[in-house]
Amino acid sequence: MRISVDTDRCVGAGQCVLSAPDVFDQDDLGIVMVLAEPADEPAREAARQAGVICPSQAITVGES
Amino acid sequence: MTTVDKCPVAFPLRQPGQSFPPPQYLQFREQQGLVSTTLPSGEHVWLVTRHEDVREVLTDPRISSNPSHPGFPRAAKTGGVPSQDEVPGWFVALDPPEHGRFRKTLIPEFTVRKVREMRPAIQQIVDERIDAMLAAGNTADLIADFALSVPSLVISTLLGVPHADRDFFETRTRVLVTLTSTDEQRQAASKALLRYLNRLIVIKQKRPGDDLISRLLADGTLGKQELSGVSMLLLIAGHETTANNIGLGVVTLLSHPQWIGDERAVEELLRYYSVADLVAFRVAVEDVEIGGQLIRAGEGIIPLVAAANHDGTVFERPDEFDPGRSARSHVAFGYGVHQCLGQNLVRVEMDIAYRTLFERIPTLELAVPVTDLPIKYDGVLYGLHSLPVRW
Ligand code: HEM
Ligand code: SF4
Repeated sequence: MRISVDTDRCVGAGQCVLSAPDVFDQDDLGIVMVLAEPADEPAREAARQAGVICPSQAITVGES
Repeated sequence: MTTVDKCPVAFPLRQPGQSFPPPQYLQFREQQGLVSTTLPSGEHVWLVTRHEDVREVLTDPRISSNPSHPGFPRAAKTGGVPSQDEVPGWFVALDPPEHGRFRKTLIPEFTVRKVREMRPAIQQIVDERIDAMLAAGNTADLIADFALSVPSLVISTLLGVPHADRDFFETRTRVLVTLTSTDEQRQAASKALLRYLNRLIVIKQKRPGDDLISRLLADGTLGKQELSGVSMLLLIAGHETTANNIGLGVVTLLSHPQWIGDERAVEELLRYYSVADLVAFRVAVEDVEIGGQLIRAGEGIIPLVAAANHDGTVFERPDEFDPGRSARSHVAFGYGVHQCLGQNLVRVEMDIAYRTLFERIPTLELAVPVTDLPIKYDGVLYGLHSLPVRW
């Protein structure tokens, strides 16, 4: 799984941090950062969900 | 296509005695998705009901949040509450890129981590309100005595309003959300609050503290006028919205006690009640097609978040309160660049409020039958006028 984030689009709502706390965090400015690639299937599912609910479509989850 | 003539729905659709969300939402969603209707002001607007379409409206760059565009819906009686035309810093009414300067400056204050750090302060506010209720007897109006106070005290703490001024701050904000206030009273209260905030900013310039206003002054991106407008927006956006959710949530948890203390209940309550159904107003600035319907430049759009949050194609058995479901894709906080800035703060406030209320007052119960609770059919936000309880 490949996760990329577009920090210019991010509006800092923190939905990704709530959905997949092991994968995403917010930096000191409140902007998304990727902590680590998801390690197992539940974490992958959480990352996919974050991609769907992010209000600014700043998260792209590639399955390969 | 559905035209106004064929579907002359009155607006707002909420009627006394009706369930929420209004049954017409289901009908619209399943039939045509978008419905053209007429506001009390006589303007035509599009109501948008499907989850997918609502998300599209709230992210399409051809659709604007700026009320100075012709055709912007004027349904809401703002009742003396300032708008961006009068208050610089009212960034919920700005489009990108201007909006981004405000949003980027504010998000460090509302991150998941930052809000978690506020938990002890919020807990203390909640405890003090409960102490006061317990000291006053064994009955209360949970809206007036608790639900409205907590968010206003939380915002005043965040902004750095000194303890001694909290009463002043609370009584003025209370006027703004009381339906029986006259427009003159509201205007006076909002002017007094803006004056107060301007003064507070001058004081914080001289003696900075550990608060939002001091930090934003040090940051320097926003001017002083903008900063007082932003503070006012935070206060108004986060007050009655949060209070209504706290009140409705208490009623629901009283009949679903197995979910008390479970964080998932908070997310489901946000979805289920969608109190800000009539908040995210928009206007098309270019022709745009949404859900197969052409919307012309200059036509107003109201994405009904309660309709979207009860869309059966996204949420199974949508009219059932079921915190076990995954409710996170709800649009109760809107969607797109304006998605609620205070959402993580709300989640924590609601969680602490419910946990602490039911823990400290285990015998809490309604003092009137649930069917007698006075629902705000007439307000912009869905909620209860009062919530009589006893213990
Ligand atoms: C349950 C409580 C709340 C609900 C349901 C709610 C709902 C919403 C909605 C639907 C929007 C989007 C408006 C639009 O797109 O035009 C919004 C925006 C906003 N909310 Fe909230 N809100 C709540 C609490 C709060 C709190 C506690 C705060 C402040 C601390 C707050 C501050 C804001 C701000 C500043 C915006 C504008 C964001 C922007 O334009 O970028 N809200 N809220
Ligand atoms: S959910 Fe999207 S907008 Fe929100 S912090 Fe994460 S990446 Fe940014």
